[in-house]
Amino acid sequence: MKTEKLKSGITKIDRRSFLKTSTVSMSGLILGMHISCSRPQKEEEREKASFEPNVFLTINEMGDINIIAHRSEMGQGVRTALPLILADELEADWKRVNVVQAVGDKKYGDQNTDGSFTVRMFYMPMRKAGASARMMLEQAAANIWKVDVAECRANNHEVVNKSSGKTLSYGELAAEASKLEVPKEDQVKLKENSDLKLIGKSTPIVDLEDMVTGKAHYGMDTHIDGIKVALIARPPVAGGKVKSHNAEKTMKVPGVVKVLILESPGFPTGFDHPLGGVVVVADNTWSAMKGREALEIDWDDGVNADYDTDIYIKELKQLARKKGNSRREQGDVDKAFETASRKLEASYVLPHLSHAPMEPPNAVAHFKEGKCEIFSPTQHPQWVRSSVAKALGIEEQNVTVNVTLLGGGFGRKSKPEFSVEAAKISKESGLPIKLIWTREDDIKNDFYHACSVQHVRVALDKDNKVTAWNHRSLYPSIGGTADKSVIEPSAGEIGMGFVDFPYDISNIRCETNKAETKTRVGWLRSVANIQQAFAVGSMLDEVAVARKMDPVKNLLDLLGSDRKINFDKLVSKFSNYGEPLSAYPWDTSRHRKVIELVADKSNWGKSLPKGQGQVIVAHRNFLTYVACVVEVKFENGKMTIPEVHYAVDCGKVINRDRVISQFEGGAIFASSATLKSAISFKKGRVQQNNFNDYQVARIADAPENIYVHLVDSEESPTGVGEPPVPPFSAALCNAIYKATGKRIRELPIQKV
Amino acid sequence: MADIEVNINGASRTIKGVAEDMPLLWAIRDILMLNGTKFGCGKALCGACTVHMDGRAIRSCITPVGSVEGKKITTIEGLSENGDHPLQKAWMEVNVPQCGYCQSGQIMNAAAFLNDNPNPSDEEITKAMAGNICRCGTYTRIKEAIQMAAEKGGMG
Repeated sequence: MKTEKLKSGITKIDRRSFLKTSTVSMSGLILGMHISCSRPQKEEEREKASFEPNVFLTINEMGDINIIAHRSEMGQGVRTALPLILADELEADWKRVNVVQAVGDKKYGDQNTDGSFTVRMFYMPMRKAGASARMMLEQAAANIWKVDVAECRANNHEVVNKSSGKTLSYGELAAEASKLEVPKEDQVKLKENSDLKLIGKSTPIVDLEDMVTGKAHYGMDTHIDGIKVALIARPPVAGGKVKSHNAEKTMKVPGVVKVLILESPGFPTGFDHPLGGVVVVADNTWSAMKGREALEIDWDDGVNADYDTDIYIKELKQLARKKGNSRREQGDVDKAFETASRKLEASYVLPHLSHAPMEPPNAVAHFKEGKCEIFSPTQHPQWVRSSVAKALGIEEQNVTVNVTLLGGGFGRKSKPEFSVEAAKISKESGLPIKLIWTREDDIKNDFYHACSVQHVRVALDKDNKVTAWNHRSLYPSIGGTADKSVIEPSAGEIGMGFVDFPYDISNIRCETNKAETKTRVGWLRSVANIQQAFAVGSMLDEVAVARKMDPVKNLLDLLGSDRKINFDKLVSKFSNYGEPLSAYPWDTSRHRKVIELVADKSNWGKSLPKGQGQVIVAHRNFLTYVACVVEVKFENGKMTIPEVHYAVDCGKVINRDRVISQFEGGAIFASSATLKSAISFKKGRVQQNNFNDYQVARIADAPENIYVHLVDSEESPTGVGEPPVPPFSAALCNAIYKATGKRIRELPIQKV
Repeated sequence: MADIEVNINGASRTIKGVAEDMPLLWAIRDILMLNGTKFGCGKALCGACTVHMDGRAIRSCITPVGSVEGKKITTIEGLSENGDHPLQKAWMEVNVPQCGYCQSGQIMNAAAFLNDNPNPSDEEITKAMAGNICRCGTYTRIKEAIQMAAEKGGMG
């Protein structure tokens, strides 16, 4: 655990101060923890976090338990996972636990739900909080019975007197427990692993029933009396602005209330600034749509008017053949190539991608008397809060950010800008506003995953040994969206499956080169791993073919002996997903074990008829070790994926079924990018519109069977939201090569 | 602009002063205030807005509200009395949803399909569900839940 970074403490708080900060009214036991852990790169922000109690657990005299969820739910199961960890330690009856969603507030510590961080960061604090409360309830029972606390044992929502067999329920104990001191952190005794009842098992998500009955509340489902709907005609080129407009016809559309101008930021736009444009406010969504259609606007396209991805990628391809800036240098790569008996060389090209969550961006804002209330399907409520405060020129404490369920996020809803749009429109119009993005708005105005060119060269000697690995990775950096001086990938981006290449090859060079950011680029589920793992996974299969070696044997041979790789010595500012290598080492034995496990479970090497192929790719990302075997089958020219096997070591598993479901979904999310999805630009404009031309995987594209094999582990838990995605694309393309002899180095496979 | 009478989830409702070309989806969401039916694309490309019209699955995002006068409309809220339609039960047993946003549309589409074809093959399920997108990738579980509901019978 990242204990040296984690300042967590658990305190009891009095009822009055709890009621001041919570909408939950009750009597009984109220516990607050302070958790100020956050990611290392944002040290300053973490220091700013206040130390007032911030995560609340309450038990009332009826024995009902409220646990506050401070992270955002977007399908990864976090509203279930964290409360479940706490409830298990507490010996609570899960059926009596109610989950309450927190507003955006620094007092909760890190709420930025991305980077597969949640379980990694909050596993231990949640366990300690649950254990502290359990110990207080046991002590309360001991006081009532006037026996030693060792005689009292919490079990399923009650405390049992081991000698007499008498019991007191948590409800009966809540008042007495609330009079006690919270155990000191070093005295908190966690349950033995063998006593855990929920952790490691499968528990249905808390929102399940609401989701299948239409009651689940997403951003768009928020209603305030008198609310109006707003749509924005945004500049067709990121960084452009309105030159002139005519809203005469719009104002004649029944139901249209107002037309406003939202200023444009120029380029780079930043992540928190709306793109600007012309806003139509109307009584309902349909009137707003008709009103927007009737606008006449003359645009100034700005500095990205020439952005053309065909030309851009062509230039990157040429640049990738030249030596770039070395980000990792080991041995003498040039000499190894000079003396090589065989050389392999290939370029891998991937397009921009759009997140396209099923619920497009949207937000409700109500600015009234100097205060603004927001309802947003946001991954990052604190950023919404600070951005809205800045945009409206008010103090943060005058902004309340309510977090709804997210209809998909994938990184898109980390950005606060759509909530800022709603807030600015509400302030300007003086009306409560529901801002809606249509699917076209979403596809055309995303923070896109970067397009990329990867060039990999490999040298082999006369003994069939790989002597050199030279990987060049070119793509516009996410940083360029906010800072135009950023023209090469950052330390964080190159740490995603590129410089953290773990194979034991004597001569390694990893290079990047200049690539200007010409549109809004953002992070999409698994980020730069997408392109970098595709190149590495594909080339390692090309190496296996060149060596005439079984792909599993090839990987294990290249991986070398079990060791912990000290990347801090090999790479400057090695990111390791924000964790020190001392806490989360790059452990090749765990990498080896997932390779061996997936080979075993997938019946690796089984004989397959012509037209079928089975291939492996292994890839550690977000500190989780993943190996993936994909099997494809061609019949009458049609491809199907009969089987996908994943072996996963994500440390200790919390909610088994949700881990499995993330991998099932991750394979399908990666299928979209591999088979169908691409965003292209001409004259600065996105060429795609909706799901007709920005295609994503449908049910027929899904693998027929996805098997997920979890390593039984007691290591610190890591995340699972992103890790399934990176290895899949290369595995699928390698399997297609095996089945057909056709090597795919450019995605997507099916061009629209 | 017109007053349109719609039978929705068994009750007769009048939508007053509405543009007849307003898609049923927005009448359901903005005016009747039933939020279970979702907006995903507005072009009948994703299926998130699926409701039943006289028992058949339709995409409410491209169905003008003026065209449903006198028809029986069922949304996810009216699919079953207590959330206990065989598909809803199967959906819960298999733990289908991730983010859950597309699931109303998936279930409504599957319900109309199973009504017509209570014992579908795997291929028939895939064909019937081709118009419903799930970005979280719950397709393998959707198939499993539909098969489960079909096996348990009780449809239609």
